[in-house]
Amino acid sequence: MSQRLVITGLGATTPLGGTVPETWDAALAGTPGAKTLEHEWVAQYELPVTFAAEVAVEPSEVLSRPETKRMDRSTQLGMVAAREAWADAGLKDVELDGERVGVSFATGIGGVWTLLNSWDTLREKGPRRVLPMTVPMLMPNGASGAISLEFGAKAGARTAVSACASGVEALIMAQELLETGQADVVLAGGTEAAVHPLPLAAFANMQALSRRNDDPAAASRPYDVDRDGFVMGEGAGALVIETEEHAKARGATIYAELAGGAVTSDAHHITAPDPEGLGATRALRRALESAGASAADVSHVNAHATSTPLGDVPEYIAMKAAFGDHLDNVCVSATKSQTGHLLGAAGAVESVLTVKTLADRKAPVTINLDNQDPEIPLDVVSGTARELGAEEQVGICSSFGFGGHNAVVAFRTV
Amino acid sequence: MADKNAILAGLAEIVEEETGLETEEIQLEKSFTEDLDIDSISMMTIVVNAEEKFDVKIPDEEVKNLTTVGDAVDYIANAAG
Repeated sequence: MSQRLVITGLGATTPLGGTVPETWDAALAGTPGAKTLEHEWVAQYELPVTFAAEVAVEPSEVLSRPETKRMDRSTQLGMVAAREAWADAGLKDVELDGERVGVSFATGIGGVWTLLNSWDTLREKGPRRVLPMTVPMLMPNGASGAISLEFGAKAGARTAVSACASGVEALIMAQELLETGQADVVLAGGTEAAVHPLPLAAFANMQALSRRNDDPAAASRPYDVDRDGFVMGEGAGALVIETEEHAKARGATIYAELAGGAVTSDAHHITAPDPEGLGATRALRRALESAGASAADVSHVNAHATSTPLGDVPEYIAMKAAFGDHLDNVCVSATKSQTGHLLGAAGAVESVLTVKTLADRKAPVTINLDNQDPEIPLDVVSGTARELGAEEQVGICSSFGFGGHNAVVAFRTV
Repeated sequence: MADKNAILAGLAEIVEEETGLETEEIQLEKSFTEDLDIDSISMMTIVVNAEEKFDVKIPDEEVKNLTTVGDAVDYIANAAG
């Protein structure tokens, strides 16, 4: 199949805003999403990390009360983003053949709040008080299932689960549904809602989280010499992906082309990235290959760049290996400096931002880059947003996850 | 707790929370499945929440006999003594 795939709708609810326009404006301006947590449980458990990047708009402000009761917070956020993307694509009142509509949605952890709250209920009140909706709420495919119901999508509702690579992997799974002719339209994306004391404690004990408790706004600082870990974030991103033929037949507005994508696995270590970035390099090269592009075509990368001391360097090494000297001509945005790390939603939200970058020809800023690490001599967009030229642009979004997962997608301007 | 009006009001709150229906719609003669469109998982959620709220036990095998809101109010009133 040589059918071109295009992006026709975008949705997001993030620490920067409850919609794509709000998130995008904040991302261009440079807005720290991390704040001191005000939940009782922070002091109760004496958590070593007392801040995170929570969503700017609570899902309960947007969803009905029964929806908030019957969906885990992760599914709630996914639903908010999915509805925005669907409406943005102009599909809200359009009658589609459900058997040609698919879903591919990601999560890193799934319904962790539901799982742990139900466990508390069981221990405190006994098994009879465990709500019957517990399983459909905690299962990792909860969001894909709920979203397929929402839009009557019957071509398959897939779930990508590959830790922090999940969001991008969901787009690649969507691409497969479309390229193999199983669907004409796929709602793809990812969600995460894991700002809960247990994941916070566990990530902190791995020494993965920033401890900058006295200055949360400055804590997420990819590529800066003083970076000391990632900042937990939550949120969701969603994209409507269609075959070009289908999009044009219905006169849809096209943001960008989903040109290609690839996944690889390191088989190196369960959490540490391959120090030479070999798996990431292969993913970058294969994504370009599948996009019919060469390294010289790439003008922008929305990097994984989590702000951990060990993670940011191998990603640079991989980019250098894949793009060679052309890397000097590639502008890189590390938007986790603003949003924090949305785990399984990260690649989805960052894909939304990459698509916006190409559509608006403006790359968002990387904040907190005060002293760039000399080991990472990238052209990082910092200070103010960067204008991209009017010529054809290829933008890359890459995500890497525990388990050794590497996922890369390539978008092209239209 | 055997005040049936109080039980109806409390039950209506639980049903509203689960389904989004207005509490005024939750009337004694309404059938859970036919009128209120409540599926089996929602029904069990309502039962679990009602047990907690009214401090009663509603065995699973009794739930199928609770056709209307009134059946549930009567059952809870009797069980609460």
